[in-house]
Amino acid sequence: MKDCEALIIGGSAGSLDVLLKVLPGLNPALGFPIIIVVHRKHGADSLLPELLSGRTSLIVKEIDEKEPILAGTIYVAPSDYHTLIEKDKSFSLDYSEKINYSRPAIDATFQTAAEVYRTKLVCLLLSGSNSDGVNGLISVKAWGGITAIQDPATAQVSYMPQQAALHAKIDYTLRIEDMTEFINLLS
Amino acid sequence: MSQELSVITDEQVEILLADLLEHYGYDFTGYSKASIKRRILRLYSLDKQVSFAEFRYTINNDTTYFKRFVEQITVNVTEMFRDPGFFKTLRDVVLPKLGTYPFIRIWLAGCSTGEEAYSISIILKELNLLHKSLIYATDLNPVVLEKAAQGMFAMSQMKQYSENYILSGGAKDFSSYYTANYSLAKFSDDLKSRLIFSTHNLVSDHSFNEFQLILCRNVLIYFDRDLQHKVLNLFDESLEGLGYLALGSKETLDFSPLSKNYKRVPAEKIWRKVS
Repeated sequence: MKDCEALIIGGSAGSLDVLLKVLPGLNPALGFPIIIVVHRKHGADSLLPELLSGRTSLIVKEIDEKEPILAGTIYVAPSDYHTLIEKDKSFSLDYSEKINYSRPAIDATFQTAAEVYRTKLVCLLLSGSNSDGVNGLISVKAWGGITAIQDPATAQVSYMPQQAALHAKIDYTLRIEDMTEFINLLS
Repeated sequence: MSQELSVITDEQVEILLADLLEHYGYDFTGYSKASIKRRILRLYSLDKQVSFAEFRYTINNDTTYFKRFVEQITVNVTEMFRDPGFFKTLRDVVLPKLGTYPFIRIWLAGCSTGEEAYSISIILKELNLLHKSLIYATDLNPVVLEKAAQGMFAMSQMKQYSENYILSGGAKDFSSYYTANYSLAKFSDDLKSRLIFSTHNLVSDHSFNEFQLILCRNVLIYFDRDLQHKVLNLFDESLEGLGYLALGSKETLDFSPLSKNYKRVPAEKIWRKVS
């Protein structure tokens, strides 16, 4: 995989620890954006970007609506909105019904990105306790993108990556310690 | 919704939006595409539509289905006292300032099913300002306005709304504002007495009054930048000097040339028109 245009990482329960381990080793000159969509409680606002930016020299920011998506930046989906990807490679936010009891829903971001980035999209689904993201991975595959999951054996909560492996075609199953290198090699 | 490969293409979305404009005068062409396409796909699969041609024909020829279409492709999700910190600032800062005026005119644009309108009514009542206020609550969609005018919301939501109310600085027993009627909570008529529900389309309709407070939360996110500029200008024309404009928690006036005439109320997405 050489010409990745976007990496989207989805996760729920147990995924924060993984992100904190993976970020420090990332190439500071990353040639594509990383978009992080994790379930979190609405209200305790915006601590996540700050927490993550302590672990990397890459720019980490919470997504603003209509913001253009740029390489070398880590974007964090805001709580209580769905993050959608527009044709012109910008973000839009959406306050429609929860999907899989979740807002943000990983499916919404994976699915809209699948159609925009097609074969140049990589989506990685981490630890979690529901099946959000699974339909998204199916769409990513249908549009020719690359799918990856955290090895369920290494996940604090294995249900989400397990469901993905059950229902979607998965290209890579990654242990936590292999994720950083996997990401760095995408560009 | 399984959406492995889109059953409706971008071009077909454009065709439907052009039809709506031509046949019904509803202009959705300035809406953010990703969201509206998702809504259309959702409806297509929800209603078990089998072909685009048939779907299009039904929208164009069956006015009942057309109403459903408009209701379903716009997002009508809302709640009472959503973002309690915002409502606390309304209660503690904005409304007391407006309370010094002889009469308060408020425009709630994109009110959907009315949860925010009743929230504002409750705060005005507690500040003893409701009798001299009028709240114009508008939406493009007549179906949601009918629901709003009834003032009945799901009982199952009341626990959450009561928590929001308390966090927003409410000190009363929230359940004193409604009577339980099976699965519905019916809000008291005096909260409704100063509410005017009416259709207004931000895309195509003009300014209809001058207000001291305009609230439009989580509507602009569905518009592209050009339409956002246009609607912000409409709000500016409709806002008195020293009036307030309130937007959703992820929306901003910052990118607009109008921002130089406004001063932000700290910590919230509320701007005061200063010149």
